[in-house]
Amino acid sequence: MALHVVVTAKQVIDPDMPLSAMRIADDARQVVTPATLPPVVNGFDEVAVEAALRLKDSHGAKVTVLSVGGQFNLDIIKKPLAMGADALVLCQDAAFANLPDSFVTTQLLAAAVRKIGAFDLLLCGRQASDWDNAQVPLLLAERLDVPVIPLAQKVDVEQDRVVVEQLVPDGYDVVEATLPALVTVSNELGAPRYPNMRNLMAAKRKRPVIWTLGDLDLDADVLSSRVEVLELLLPQRTRECEFIAAEDGAAAGEKLAAMLHEAGLI
Amino acid sequence: MAAAGRGVLVVGETVNGHLSPTTAGLLAAGQALKQDLEGELTAGLVGHDLTAAAAESLQAGVERVYIVDDVLLQDLPVDLCLHALAGLYQATTPEVILFARSPWGRELAPRLAGRLGVGLLQDCLEVGIEPDSRRLTALRPVYGGNFLARVRCAASPQIAVLRSQAYEPLAPDPDRQGEVVAVPVDLDVSQSRVRVVRRVRHEHPGVSLTEARVVTSGGRGLGGPEPFRDLEELAGMLGAAVGASRAAVDAGWVPGHWQVGLTGVTVTPELYLAFGISGASQHMAGCSGAKVIVAINTDAEAPIFREARYGVVADWQAVLPAFMEAVRNL
Repeated sequence: MALHVVVTAKQVIDPDMPLSAMRIADDARQVVTPATLPPVVNGFDEVAVEAALRLKDSHGAKVTVLSVGGQFNLDIIKKPLAMGADALVLCQDAAFANLPDSFVTTQLLAAAVRKIGAFDLLLCGRQASDWDNAQVPLLLAERLDVPVIPLAQKVDVEQDRVVVEQLVPDGYDVVEATLPALVTVSNELGAPRYPNMRNLMAAKRKRPVIWTLGDLDLDADVLSSRVEVLELLLPQRTRECEFIAAEDGAAAGEKLAAMLHEAGLI
Repeated sequence: MAAAGRGVLVVGETVNGHLSPTTAGLLAAGQALKQDLEGELTAGLVGHDLTAAAAESLQAGVERVYIVDDVLLQDLPVDLCLHALAGLYQATTPEVILFARSPWGRELAPRLAGRLGVGLLQDCLEVGIEPDSRRLTALRPVYGGNFLARVRCAASPQIAVLRSQAYEPLAPDPDRQGEVVAVPVDLDVSQSRVRVVRRVRHEHPGVSLTEARVVTSGGRGLGGPEPFRDLEELAGMLGAAVGASRAAVDAGWVPGHWQVGLTGVTVTPELYLAFGISGASQHMAGCSGAKVIVAINTDAEAPIFREARYGVVADWQAVLPAFMEAVRNL
């Protein structure tokens, strides 16, 4: 039987958006951007989709993409379908907007994964570019009680095992676990593919499955946060840059060396 | 679950049998919280051959060290470490648990939180205690450091992962005494659900990035792999390590483990020399802990100048040879 790979993907504010376009909302709890600047699929999640599609190419697999959010931009969140994923499940409910807490997100994702049914491999981007917590996948693995291998630069499946090149600070480990398992994927895996025309057309015709809060079989306390956001602030820049004045670059280089030497830094 | 106790447990890490520098900073943070909580400061160590690290923890000011010492924990397999830590938690029930933002801490802390059914404060620059509620609060960067968030734990135990190099370690006092308590935890290999088949390590002669006193670093502005040979030569003269931005890594100019930034290495040198790096927040997250940042960039508006102490607005191709020549003659 073909592999079933589920990939989680988050819609986030475009991290390449100019800082001037981002502002703190009036409630001081979230960052908002003008409606004219569209969100993106979290970059690491696109890499996780790429990892799933490579398994589909080499082994044959069904790839289901799963997202949780308050409001989706369908043109954006359907990108994984255009890349070649088979199905898209969106958990969309006003109650899911700006989830402050990885714990709550995890409960929702876990409920959705269970509702999707049997899976062999769960792939997640290593972290999301908004809060960079890198914790939902780890919490999700605990919640679903499956083995977890974070920070993959290569993901393969051999019989009933996932075999992963896992990044460590000065190299990588080749690590394996029995399926079903969860793996988080890092950008070292390689760039996500561009949608081709055939997949683009197919994606246009595909409709996402949409589940609201009532569709997920959840305990009442699941939406109660374990972490609260009190306020967002702008960082104070305390460093005052001293620019080296010199007639040209070479003179500046020479002067810089002398200054750093005088300051005892070199 | 056992009743919540009082005080702070610092989860320590060891490097070659000794307490890691990140743990030293973490203990300093723990000291401050302990005063606010009027509880005790303890350290938890999991691993093998922990005698030296336990003694160092006591010298750094903890009242008690809890250890789970088992030969199975020799290489710090995460699944077994998690079992050991969960056991250690049950035996000690601290109010607050602190981890360092290291690769190990970043993996273990969320999994422990998941197992205990609580949340955690990730990537904290500073932590504090609210006087009446005894809740743990923290300040942390979000959106690549463009904003800060003040966050608060709403469940117990309260767990935080800290950028502990932000805290100055307390001076060790060899006369300090305290208790070392071995916590019995049943461990067996079957609890490890991942198997390491093979370890592949990059050769990196010279100074390691995380320990370097000086880092020379290059980015997209260098335009190709060749200028990094110059940075390596400069690093050789200064006893420095060479780093790079993600753009340079993604372009294939330098190996991935040179990457400084949010998804790469975090460095804390005395001096960080950035050539042709614009200073995207993803990069600054890895180097803003440097004492002095020097930026060389053609764009005077580049964000890196906002955090640099010294700046040169010029083409690196003009600056670098003259700088190297001057360094050679020092």
